[in-house]
Amino acid sequence: MNKFQLKDVNLWYNDFHALKDINMDIKAKEITAFIGPSGCGKSTLIKSLNRMNDLIDGCKITGDFLLDGENIYGNLDINALRKRVGMVFQKPNPFPMSVFDNVAYAPRVHGIKSKFKLNEIVEKSLRDAAIWDELKDRLKKSAISLSGGQQQRLCIARALAAEPDVLLMDEPTSALDPISTAKIEELVIKLKKKYTIVIVTHNMQQAVRISDTTGFFLLGELIEYNNTEQLFSMPTDKRCEDYITGRFG
Amino acid sequence: MKTREHVAKLIFMFCALTAVAALFVIIFFIFSRGMPAIFEVGIGGFLSGRVWRPLQGEFGIFTFIFTSLVTTIVAFIVGSRIGLWCAIYLAMFCPRKIYRPLKTMVELLGGIPSVLYGFFGVVVIVPFIRNAFGGPGNSMLAAMIILSIMILPTIINLSEAAIRAVPSFYYEGALALGATKTEAVFDVVVPAAKSGVNASYILGVGRAIGETMAVIMVIGNSPHMPESVLSPARTMTAAIALEMSYATGLHQNMLFAIGVVLFTIVIVLNLILTIRRH
Ligand SMILES: Nc1ncnc2c1ncn2[C@@H]1O[C@H](COP(=O)(O)OP(=O)(O)OP(=O)(O)O)[C@@H](O)[C@H]1O
Ligand SMILES: [Mg+2]
Repeated sequence: MNKFQLKDVNLWYNDFHALKDINMDIKAKEITAFIGPSGCGKSTLIKSLNRMNDLIDGCKITGDFLLDGENIYGNLDINALRKRVGMVFQKPNPFPMSVFDNVAYAPRVHGIKSKFKLNEIVEKSLRDAAIWDELKDRLKKSAISLSGGQQQRLCIARALAAEPDVLLMDEPTSALDPISTAKIEELVIKLKKKYTIVIVTHNMQQAVRISDTTGFFLLGELIEYNNTEQLFSMPTDKRCEDYITGRFG
Repeated sequence: MKTREHVAKLIFMFCALTAVAALFVIIFFIFSRGMPAIFEVGIGGFLSGRVWRPLQGEFGIFTFIFTSLVTTIVAFIVGSRIGLWCAIYLAMFCPRKIYRPLKTMVELLGGIPSVLYGFFGVVVIVPFIRNAFGGPGNSMLAAMIILSIMILPTIINLSEAAIRAVPSFYYEGALALGATKTEAVFDVVVPAAKSGVNASYILGVGRAIGETMAVIMVIGNSPHMPESVLSPARTMTAAIALEMSYATGLHQNMLFAIGVVLFTIVIVLNLILTIRRH
């Protein structure tokens, strides 16, 4: 089952051609990792999956982005799309409000008012993000006072509370210590039972540990896209091999 | 080289000390003339008395305090709403093409000397009030309107800066959850700018309560308790400025005493500002 199908995707920032003829299928309920050297377009691609690139002046996109067969740059309502395709950022970005209000933000925006229902969603999301036990007595506390690792898991809970199908994560652990990173990796593997996950990472071990499929990008092109095990054990492209063996910038 | 460094440092220190010295000299003179006068007439009667008849030795300034506070509060309520929305528009919604001209005009509004605001009040606002609601036109209402406009630039500029200083990842985080632009701005960005916006409010209030010239020109300056917002009235600043040129003796010292009250209010405002910042 494909969640996303990308066909002949090209993207320009003004004159700069940032994504070149990308064709890829992203499988549902799997973890897909994007790897590649800095500036190769990983963030650009992941941001175009929930249309966060729309915020950038001068960004032009061609090609098809099908989500469950429906073009996300077509008639699909952008706020509904972003509800379905959640995002976790590189730097934890909890809102400067209480833990509860952070998690309840998306349900509230999408029209849920009942206190009872909100309580239920907040608890479920925090449990799913494996942070309920740590935070259940601190729901009223400011989210800013949490540790970086807790903040990131809170942000995952906040994204889950929107009840998405897909979770996009752009280097979600690059600002965290090894223990927090391990917790998040464990969590991500658990989440793939219910969600389709796309993750950008600079950490090749991380890609090997958690992902099912890996895409290697270079200068805006998708160079190699394969089953993770295969890509790392027998890369077919020389440039990909150089990169994963560390012979490349 | 060493000596030059040393001289430069001394000059900087001297300049800094001058500013601090000026503050203390001002405080010293206001309080040294004002405080004895307050005790001479009695602090209770001074603050709560409603009759100001300096020649008969009656020095009650309750009416002036009341007028200052009411005009300031109303001007603040109106000006802070309009100013905040204006700042939100400039920072988050304004198309790039019209941003420059709008911003320039707001800055210009802040640079207009208060006596010219007074002109505007005399020529436009006062006749408008007279025609629309009756009465003399010179009134508390006229002062409220003028002051609401005068505090706009302070509130707009500082609030806009505060909103712009909110990291974009809050805004993007809200959008990524499916919020609309308006929801993201009002639910997340503006609350995150709260401390800066509050600072702009306090400076705006300080500007309103201290404004003298424009107020004198439109408020009618009656020393009696205003019966309604359409009545002429007199603020603390107006009371000082109107009589300073001819007052002597105790009367003059009583004007300093009004200055003590005004100064205390402004200091309290600034203290609140400083405390909120930390
Ligand atoms: N808003 C923008 N305007 C213009 N060019 C941009 C913009 N954002 C990214 N780019 C350019 O597009 C290219 C791809 O950027 P992108 O952020 O997708 O890289 P990345 O693979 O995520 O890199 P990193 O690993 O450093 O995060 C880079 O050359 C970058 O300079
Ligand atoms: Mg990136």
